[in-house]
Amino acid sequence: MIRVVLPAHLRTLARVEGEVQLDISGPVTQRSVLDALEASYPVLRGTIRGHDSGPRRAFIRFFACEQDLSHDPPDDPLPDAIATGAEPYLVVGAMAGG
Amino acid sequence: MSGVRVLAGTRKGAFILTADGKRDRWEVSGPHFAGWEIYHMKGSPADPDRLYASQSSGWSGQVIQRSDDGGATWEPAGNQFAYQGTPGTHQWYDGTPHPWEFARVWHLEPSLDDPDVVYAGVEDAGLFRSGDGGQSWQELPQLRGHESAPSWQPGAGGMCLHTILLDPVQQGRMFAAISAAGAFRSDDAGQTWRPINRGLQSEGIPDPDAEVGHCVHRLAMHPSRPDVLFMQKHWDVMRSDNAGESWREISGNLPSDFGFPIDVHTHEPDTIYVVPITSDAQHFPPEGKLRVYRSRTGGDDWEPLTTGLPQQHCYVNVLRDAMAVDALDSCGVYFGTTGGQIYASADSGDTWAPVVRDLPAVLSVEVQTLP
Repeated sequence: MIRVVLPAHLRTLARVEGEVQLDISGPVTQRSVLDALEASYPVLRGTIRGHDSGPRRAFIRFFACEQDLSHDPPDDPLPDAIATGAEPYLVVGAMAGG
Repeated sequence: MSGVRVLAGTRKGAFILTADGKRDRWEVSGPHFAGWEIYHMKGSPADPDRLYASQSSGWSGQVIQRSDDGGATWEPAGNQFAYQGTPGTHQWYDGTPHPWEFARVWHLEPSLDDPDVVYAGVEDAGLFRSGDGGQSWQELPQLRGHESAPSWQPGAGGMCLHTILLDPVQQGRMFAAISAAGAFRSDDAGQTWRPINRGLQSEGIPDPDAEVGHCVHRLAMHPSRPDVLFMQKHWDVMRSDNAGESWREISGNLPSDFGFPIDVHTHEPDTIYVVPITSDAQHFPPEGKLRVYRSRTGGDDWEPLTTGLPQQHCYVNVLRDAMAVDALDSCGVYFGTTGGQIYASADSGDTWAPVVRDLPAVLSVEVQTLP
């Protein structure tokens, strides 16, 4: 079970409270996590990255295990702690005013 | 008694204001989509319960929302706005070619007769159409494919297609306006377009009467007389009596002919409204007095409307999509300010009162007249 934490404005948009939990078969990567997230919550398509697995939006960041993975290749394996659900994968709205 | 529903888009959410025909007591709901920019909301003329809203944020981009119950509940619709074909380039601020990039939807224009058909004017300037209630969007690429498009430049607010007018008489005729390219007309439902800017004079571009490059802020039309168009340009208030073939200036005795919105009285096609703003460098009313100006002669001769509006220390702006008129017997006029006020007049502008005073900056105002 993969745990994903969304920023507040996307939790509201997706109508979820707290963490999102996803089942992923196959390699656990940033791409597979976001693909599964968007499959479960289609309204999030285009709000985190471009449509069709497009690039990360400029003011969205991806954190995990106290690391910034925003610039990592999307098909790199995520840490075991994410794959096992011990730690959440964080989708973060950058500190950018508003 | 019939009533009105005012749809206000703001920097931090949407608000819906309702009143009966007297328009003196208001119910306010919102913020809907709190924290998001709502550039525009508009109801379908064919089904007043069908509303569309453009919701966007710098973090998460564009969302389109749709309501089928007059704004009580909303469902997200489609948000994929993909330019057709190779996007090409327009001119960037430094004069270099810049690829077309979708930023947001500025304006939503529902079809006059089909609630599932809606047009979207977007930044970078393009026109999209949905035939399925906003679930999917297809570009009408011929506008962006006009031969002049590589020379179009963004205004200070971005290169936005902000005005879409649908001709209720001549089937397939539509108008669009882009900052800073100018006004365009299609006579075949968007399959071909041509600039309609003859008569415009813009000192801020190298050739003041060029075919394109003008910073048109807003167009308005009365549905009974769609060949007559009114325009608030960056500077100058203009009028065309031939569907944009030529324009003449009607700024007349306005204290400033800079401004953003322009609208037409519901029952009097020659009664028009503007809100003069000091200048492009000073986006606030002249002398700190918030005045709507009304012409009952189709331009040239203007009178200030001040009763109920602040006449000192007022330094707000009124943006291009933030004025609307209702269709009640005594025409109501509404506008919103960057200071978060929405003012309403139930008597064609003679007197005004604030409906709300402290919203986030108001980006757009539309009104529906309800049975």
